[in-house]
Amino acid sequence: MHRRLFISAWLIVSVLTAGMAFGISSSAAASAMSSLSPETRMDGQETRSYGTTRTLVVGDRGAYASIADALSDAADGDTIRIEAGTYREYALLVDRKVTILGVGRPVIDVENNGEGLRITADSVHVEGLEIRNVPTSHSRDHAAIRFERASGGKAIDNILDNTFFGIYLARAHDMEIRGNYLRAYHTRESISANGIHLWNSNRAVISGNEVFGHRDGIYLEYVQESSIHDNHVEKNIRYGLHFMFSDDCVYHNNRFEDNGAGVAVMYSRRVKMTSNKFINNWGASSYGLLLKEITDSEIFENEFSGNTIGIRSEGSDRVKKYRNRFHRNGWAIRIMASSMDNHITENNFIDNAFDVSTNSRQQSRNTFEANYWDKYSGYDLDGDGFGDIPYRPVRLFSLIVERNPMALMLLRSMFVQILDLTERVMPTITPETLVDEKPLMRKVAL
Amino acid sequence: MICVNALNKKYGTLQALLSVDVEMESGRITAVLGPNGAGKTTLIKSILGLVKPDSGTITVDGILVNGESQYREMIGYMPQLARYPENLTVTEIVDMIRDIRKTASSRKPVQNDTPDMELWDRFGLDSEKDKPFRTLSGGNRQKVSAVLAFLFRPKVLFLDEPTTGLDPVSSSILKDKILAERDGGTTIILTSHIMSEVQELAEQVVYLLEGRIYFEQTVSELLEATGQTTLERAIAVKLGREPEMVTETGVAS
Amino acid sequence: MILKILKYQLRDVFRSRWIIAYVLFFLVLTDVLFRFGGDGLRVATSMMNIILIVIPLASIILGAFYLYNAREYIELLLCHPVKRHQLFWGMFLGLALPLVAAFAGGVMLPYLYNAASADAWQAALMLVFTGSMLTVIFVALAYYLALRFDDRIKGLGLALVICLFFTIIYDGIILFVIYIFSSYPLEKPVLALSLLNPIDLGRILLLLQFDISALMGLTGAVFREFFGTPLGMTVSVASLLLWLVVPVTAGFRRFLVKDF
Repeated sequence: MHRRLFISAWLIVSVLTAGMAFGISSSAAASAMSSLSPETRMDGQETRSYGTTRTLVVGDRGAYASIADALSDAADGDTIRIEAGTYREYALLVDRKVTILGVGRPVIDVENNGEGLRITADSVHVEGLEIRNVPTSHSRDHAAIRFERASGGKAIDNILDNTFFGIYLARAHDMEIRGNYLRAYHTRESISANGIHLWNSNRAVISGNEVFGHRDGIYLEYVQESSIHDNHVEKNIRYGLHFMFSDDCVYHNNRFEDNGAGVAVMYSRRVKMTSNKFINNWGASSYGLLLKEITDSEIFENEFSGNTIGIRSEGSDRVKKYRNRFHRNGWAIRIMASSMDNHITENNFIDNAFDVSTNSRQQSRNTFEANYWDKYSGYDLDGDGFGDIPYRPVRLFSLIVERNPMALMLLRSMFVQILDLTERVMPTITPETLVDEKPLMRKVAL
Repeated sequence: MICVNALNKKYGTLQALLSVDVEMESGRITAVLGPNGAGKTTLIKSILGLVKPDSGTITVDGILVNGESQYREMIGYMPQLARYPENLTVTEIVDMIRDIRKTASSRKPVQNDTPDMELWDRFGLDSEKDKPFRTLSGGNRQKVSAVLAFLFRPKVLFLDEPTTGLDPVSSSILKDKILAERDGGTTIILTSHIMSEVQELAEQVVYLLEGRIYFEQTVSELLEATGQTTLERAIAVKLGREPEMVTETGVAS
Repeated sequence: MILKILKYQLRDVFRSRWIIAYVLFFLVLTDVLFRFGGDGLRVATSMMNIILIVIPLASIILGAFYLYNAREYIELLLCHPVKRHQLFWGMFLGLALPLVAAFAGGVMLPYLYNAASADAWQAALMLVFTGSMLTVIFVALAYYLALRFDDRIKGLGLALVICLFFTIIYDGIILFVIYIFSSYPLEKPVLALSLLNPIDLGRILLLLQFDISALMGLTGAVFREFFGTPLGMTVSVASLLLWLVVPVTAGFRRFLVKDF
């Protein structure tokens, strides 16, 4: 008996192969992107566009003691230069095409009086500010910086500390939100709001931002053709990234870590997600990535590691998932019966408690092909690089857990391993068609 | 001097000892005899403290045996089959026992300080001293065991089949030693199935049967009373008055 | 006195062939896993499966064998002025310590020369802790059985049955209970059941280390409280310690009054 047990244990371990090198952290890349110095930017562009532009200086040594005064004096094309210091102002209305430039990181302390900047003019550029203490409100969407029906603007390198909404875009198109640092401190979903919030705003570029502690780190609703990249979104209360009804967007090189419920993407078409990291999102209803009614999309070269569920797919059709890494997740992929025609190929599945699970014993209408499964114990006699025996990624135990979640307690127990082994030798219960006919013998190099 | 008084011991339903009273005097060799299961082992183990009797008292040189371990300083024990840790060498085993004795010692090291290595020398164990115990022959194991029993000049000595496995020369060396110790005033308790050996060494016979003392007599009295010349015969006669009874009751240990 | 006895015990055990085989088993296995899998974290995860099977089995069998073989030796020592409790600890530690050292050394050595990361070390130490606890617990169980039953076949057979029971059958029973009573709120009873089995306890401790992401998939407040906070770790370690104390105490008391 002892020998039997040992041999089967040996089989389990002998399949394991070399670990993977870590990718370069995307947050490091984000912080490395420094913007041009404010002086060059201002002199170059603005003077060419307008004949006479002024620079209005706010601060102890400037002409204006308050930002509000400067704003009311400014004309289109002017630059408002805010010197270092703390300005206790709020509800600042920006209705002219100005550049607002903080020098030496001036602080605008809203002191919980309402919103920070409200921008209603096009092409407003806000850079180098720190805005603090924007209060929670149940009736108004207070934001540190709000662009309202104002397109072509920029918010660059601002620090938004302890705010309700951070940057709020409503019907603001062609915006650039870059290199901002947003941090909020609420612990309850009901009294916190989103870090970067876009509604009905197309062709936005959101890059290199860091968002912590908000409700949703980045939220998009009715946003088309936008690019979200190199952001670091961590420890937000609900989703790191949350978007709905947003077609044709690209998400790449973002890092989503330890957010309450991970990343949720819903009701969108033609989404492209690549080279993102979905890390350590824990919880019974937490996902690295939740796909709900996502169609005709591509998810490739992402890393999913340490999540309770790597990807959960509901009602999502024609999604291609390839060249992703699934590492140390509870469930790498949970694909619900409502999802069809998905192609899952050339992914690496390593050290996941469960590789694939599904809520249905029906025929699978999704294709698993040529993935690398670390639990695969077949052989490749013809040397074509693919295992000669198909691999069934759905374990019997995962079906048991599906029906009786408490059974999860028995994970990795000898009894369960024997059950799984039996099922593997004589498949009777696991879905017959959810099978990788040509599992890879070696890891996909990523 | 060992006094056993009204000793009872039951193993489950089996009455191993039933109100046993025995005195074993110092300067004498007392043989404890009897068939298998008669209670010999239980009696000896009770005196050694390995078995806890249900009732009754035992004193060894006036010290009550009650679970304390100190009185065993006076005791030397040579088991029928000695098993020491297999991978220790003979020297290490001797060192170990000396270590243990030294650590447990309550007395100032005065008179019994130097260990008695006479047997070691006479058995010529020096040639074996670096061998692991597991590689020793049965005879050599027995020699080591004998050395250890006599090592601390015990006042009370238990010898369980002491000559088993010994060659005639070693056997007589051991017997000489036993007799010399007796003459030195040691209380010696002997069990053996070789009746000639008992006859040669022992003065007193305690015969146990079914947990009771069947008889207790000096060897010479026994021979005289039965009119036999050998102890074996004498016991046979005593037991059944018929020589044929010997095999049935199984005098052999 | 305990140290004196222990000293010679250790000398004896460390020279025996089976302890060397035991070290080599863990050493070679860990080393091979490092060669195959690379990073120390994965090695620890793979070792987990093996440790949960091999250690209880090896410890209980070796423990029972050892004590049965040492029977005459124990009697012999008890004829010297040695106190029983001293001898017990000498004999118990004399086997448990070498087994722990052999296992811990065998596992950790490859971590040393492969210069494992801090994360991997943490996992390895957790593994070594759990394995060591299981070693001591099952040696204690073995000692109790060997002292309780003078018949070696009976004692060894029972040791095997106990081991099999805790390794496999027990979890089968838990699964059965979960199935039968699936409509009842069973969180606490199931958790309690798991705490009653030292192997399950060890497994849960290691799951907390390696599979927390999966465990967090459990719904229900009790599980979340247990696995999501230090509570789980604390309760598991405490129960494991209790599991240690009970058989050791039982064996110890038996040893004090036993008729040899």
